Formats: sequence, C-alpha cells, structure tokens
Amino acid sequence: MVLVFAESKNGQFKKATFEAVTYGKQTADILGVECHAIVIGSADNPAHLGQYGASKVHHINNNALDHFSSQSYTAAIAKAAEIIGASTVIVNHSSTGKSLVGRLAVKMNAGSVAGANHLPEIKDGVFTVKKNVFSGKAIAEYKISSKNRVLSLMGNTLKPEVTGSDAPVEIVDLPVGESKLQVISTDLQQGTVAPLPEAELVVSAGRGMKGPENWGIIEDLANVLGATTACSRPVADTGWRPHHEHVGQTGVAIRPNLYIAAGISGAIQHLAGVNSSKCIVVINKDSEAPFFKAATYGVCADLFDVVPKLTEAIKKAKA
Amino acid sequence: MKYLVCISRTPETTAKIAFTDGNTQFDKNGVQYILNPYDEWYALVRALELKEAGGGTVTVINVGTAENDAVIRKALAIGADDAVRIDTDPKSAMNVAKQISEYVKSNPHDIILCGKETIDYNSGEVGGMIAEFLDIPFVSYGEHLDIEGSSATVKRDIEGGSQTVKVNLPAVISAAKGMAEQRIPNMRGIMMAKRKPLNIVPAVPFEDAATVIGYTLPEGKSAVKMIDPENMDELVRLLQEEAKVL
Ligand SMILES: Cc1cc2nc3c(=O)[nH]c(=O)nc-3n(C[C@H](O)[C@H](O)[C@H](O)COP(=O)(O)OP(=O)(O)OC[C@H]3O[C@@H](n4cnc5c(N)ncnc54)[C@H](O)[C@@H]3O)c2cc1C
Ligand SMILES: Nc1ncnc2c1ncn2[C@@H]1O[C@H](COP(=O)(O)O)[C@@H](O)[C@H]1O
Repeated sequence: MVLVFAESKNGQFKKATFEAVTYGKQTADILGVECHAIVIGSADNPAHLGQYGASKVHHINNNALDHFSSQSYTAAIAKAAEIIGASTVIVNHSSTGKSLVGRLAVKMNAGSVAGANHLPEIKDGVFTVKKNVFSGKAIAEYKISSKNRVLSLMGNTLKPEVTGSDAPVEIVDLPVGESKLQVISTDLQQGTVAPLPEAELVVSAGRGMKGPENWGIIEDLANVLGATTACSRPVADTGWRPHHEHVGQTGVAIRPNLYIAAGISGAIQHLAGVNSSKCIVVINKDSEAPFFKAATYGVCADLFDVVPKLTEAIKKAKA
Repeated sequence: MKYLVCISRTPETTAKIAFTDGNTQFDKNGVQYILNPYDEWYALVRALELKEAGGGTVTVINVGTAENDAVIRKALAIGADDAVRIDTDPKSAMNVAKQISEYVKSNPHDIILCGKETIDYNSGEVGGMIAEFLDIPFVSYGEHLDIEGSSATVKRDIEGGSQTVKVNLPAVISAAKGMAEQRIPNMRGIMMAKRKPLNIVPAVPFEDAATVIGYTLPEGKSAVKMIDPENMDELVRLLQEEAKVL
C-alpha cells in the first residue's frame, strides 16, 4: 500500500497536498496497490482527498500533534504505515516534508529519495525513481532495494487530478510521545499569493533595478499575474528585498511554470535555483547577459520601460 | 558545550557536470571541490561564534575518504578545534547519518549542526536521519540559533514565513542562510590547522537501500525567442498560446 502524508496549514490542504495524493495514486497504480492518505491535526474535510485518489483517509487528531515536530510526526506516520501495512510513504518536499523524509526513512528502515520529480518505475522488478541533482544540471535515477520506501515529492511535478469521489475517513487514535519541541512564535507573511516554493508564477528582479524604491513596477506586474515575487542574492544581501525572496543555489530553489526575470544577469548560481522552471522570460538591456541562453523568451531592453508595458499587455489580455 | 559540525565536500558551484562509465559515475576530472557552503558559511561559523561567546569545543566530522582531507583542513583553518573523518566512501545519505550517529553514541555532543543540504545532491536528509538514529529532536532550516542553558532557540524557515522553536539539547539543527556570515581563514588559521588533530576512524558496516544507478542530462532548451520590446502583446500571446503558462 502507498500512504501519502497530506499536509495541511491552518486546517486547509494546500495545492501541493493534492499533487502528492495524485502522485501517490499513480504510484499505487504502478505498484498495483491501493493509496491511502494520512492527515495529522485539524483539517477541513479530509474526505475530499478521496477525489485525488486516496481510497481511505486516516485522520489523527491528537492535541500532542497540534504543533509540528519532526520527531512526533515521524513516529505517528511510521506507526500508521505499520498498522495499515503501507510500505511506500510519500510526503511533500516542503519545509515540513523535508524535515520528515530522512527521519521517516530511518524509522521505517526504508530507502529514501528526497525531491523525487518523476513517477517511479519498476525496472526488472526493482523500484526506481528520478530526481534533480547538481542544482538541476543533471537528473539522477535511484533504485530502492529495501521493502519500505520513503519519497518526498518536488512541487509542480504533476498537476493535481480529480479522479474519484470523497473517501471514507477513519479517526485513528495513536499514542504519541510528548514533543520535545516548543513553538514560541509563528510569523506568516500576509497576502494570498503562494509562497515561493509552491508558486506557479514568479516575477523576479535583480541589481538592474538600481534600488529598492523602484520595486513598484515589479509588484504591479506580480499583482496582475497573481505571481509571487523573488530576487537575486545581492538584492537580498543588501537588504533591498527580504531574504525569503532570494532564489538560487544558496536561496530557494523553485520550479514554477513561469519565471520572469528582470535586471538579473543569470549567473550560474542564480540559474541553479530557477532553471527547472517550465518557461523563463528574461528582460535585460545587455544582449550578452548569460540569462538569455537559459531563457524561453527574451526581451532586450530597459526594464523600466518594458516591465510596465508588459503589465499593461497582461491587463489587456485578461480584460 | 560540545558542538559537532557535519561537513561535506561538493563540486565547486560552476563545475562542469559530466558523467562516465555509461553515465553511472560523476566525472571528477578537472572538478574543483569546496566545502559545502551551508556547512561552511552557516553551520560551522555559528558553532564557532557560540563557542567564542559561551565556551566549549567545536569538532567537525566528515564521512569520506582521504580525498576530503583538504576541505577538512579548511574547516580547521576557519577555526574548528579538531576533526574526525570516518573512513568510507558513502553511497547514500543514510550511510553518512549511520556513521555519524554511531560516532556520537560513543562521543556525545550537545549540538549537532549540519547544512540545510549539499549543493550536489540537494537532499537535506542527513540531519533528520542522524536525529532519528539518536532519537533526539531535529530542527531544519535554522536562520538563527541561540543557546541558553540546556536548550536551543531556533528561528526556522517555513513555507510562507518563519517560526521560532525551543528544543532541549541534545538536538540536531540544520543551518540555512542567515545563521552566520562567511569567514575567510587567515594565515594564522591556516598554519594552525596543520597541527590540529584530524582523527581517522573506521566505519561501521552498512548496507545501502537507495543508491544512484544512472544519470542523465536535462534536455537542451531550445534557443531563446527574442521579442520586440515594443510588442509586449506578442509576448503575452506566446505565454498563453505557445508556452501555455498563463
Ligand atoms: C557560492 C555562491 C553562491 C551564490 N548563490 C546565489 C544565489 O543563490 N542566487 C543568486 O541570485 N546569486 C547567487 N550568487 C551570486 C551570483 O554569482 C551573482 O553575483 C548574482 O546572481 C548577480 O545578481 P544580479 O543578476 O541581480 O546582478 P548583476 O550580475 O549585477 O546583474 C544585473 C543585470 O541587470 C541588467 N540591467 C541593469 N540595468 C538594467 C535596466 N535598466 N534594464 C534591464 N536590465 C538592466 C544588467 O545588464 C545585468 O545583466 C552566488 C555566488 C556564489 C559565489
Ligand atoms: N559525507 C558527509 N560527511 C559529513 N557530513 C555530511 C556528509 N554529507 C552530508 N553531510 C551533512 O549533511 C547535510 C545535508 O546533506 P544532504 O542530506 O546530503 O543534502 C550537509 O549539509 C552536511 O552538513
């Protein structure tokens, strides 16, 4: 059986969760088994996960699990997997999932692949799955030879697909130890746009912006698109933009459907974090900027002129 | 306070990525290696800062072969007191974690720091695995780390924001940008590093469950299509109809 850990935030499932259940269902089909989901903590309408392919949802709602702790969540998921006989566990490659994947692998005595971005295959009876390595400059294929397997799924690997109907939900009561971790505060950015790792549309800008006071045109463009904003490293380092916007090798690695880069030269360390994007638009006044080589579409012009024009063109197309 | 910093060696960021032996082995030919930036800039430097403020020792540990001694010496030059290398060529994150946790079982440390991920395999699994082998807390993606008595306060990155948590020690913490600032080793550090102990210890037997069987290079992107700056309507049309991303 395949068991998908269905992450929720403030009781809501995220798009990435539906992706994980869809991936879990397709993996289960490949293995010829069923796909179940596990929900931890409060969640609105867990039965809904059935629509994405879970034939049953296990819901653990225990006060001790109100706050995420990799230790207690690992214990809960591993225990549930054991009880229902799931040998393949899938989590999102999100901050939550990333702190679970290694722990779970040890707990379940499983081979693991963190950041899988293809569906697994069975080759000569062996389970294999691929992920990006060397910051997207190559793809590695892993084989997992153990009975148990743990995968974390890279965001935007596939589209969530509604294939079924609501699933039965079973409330599970699992004894979990006291968490050794105490949450002091949580600080979430306001706003409705998706956080960078999950964003499908990203508008990013670099040193070509000259200064933080000029970011209005970038925000306008992001707003008409409903996109998340990002920036190059020097921009975050000099405090023009907040650190969490920094993408690249030492920042966040993203793979949105559309990445628009204005006034970014396209240094290899920047590309490392963005070159898995499906479509890249580069706006740069230097025709020799290395970023053009990685771009799908390029506009060689002054960004202060082009970005507002692009915003207008999108407004017009959307009207 | 005893700090243990897990350090790894990775190809330099601009290294050409190629493979040999029927695309099953990474081609090391001509590749320059560095200390993994997260381990060096953030985990190691923060451990040194905390030691300088509150006392203790900072040991760096690597699981690898003698090929790694140069980057281990660099960590000593930056300021680590001593180093341990567990002598094996690990083929999986779990093997690395198994070796380090076995070492910690007989050489207890209060804080085990690692980088958020290595820049070659981008897994970020080792820290959590060490924590599970030792059955202690793991806090990932720390941007700030402070120690008070027998607990650590960590500000960690979460989707769409940050969270501050407190954990009892011992614990494993992975370091991300913000935890410290890069330090460049000076001449004195480099000279002293030569005399600091680098202890080589044998590995415990381990059987890998997940290993790489082959590599492929991503499909080449087709050449960029340049758009007339005066015709942004055309760009929007292409984004909608050709790329289908809007
Ligand atoms: C180990 C290491 C890790 C790194 N990690 C990262 C990382 O994670 N992310 C990252 O981004 N960088 C990273 N860097 C830094 C990287 O090498 C580059 O220095 C950085 O990406 C450059 O940022 P930039 O493109 O904004 O600035 P610049 O390189 O200064 O480029 C500015 C660009 O704007 C263009 N421009 C200027 N004015 C205009 C205008 N009016 N209209 C249009 N275009 C204009 C210029 O032609 C130029 O191409 C790393 C470096 C190292 C050594
Ligand atoms: N061979 C190794 N020896 C010691 N520490 C390592 C090794 N490989 C990885 N690590 C540590 O584990 C972190 C995460 O690595 P990874 O899970 O491989 O992405 C790194 O940033 C290092 O701190």
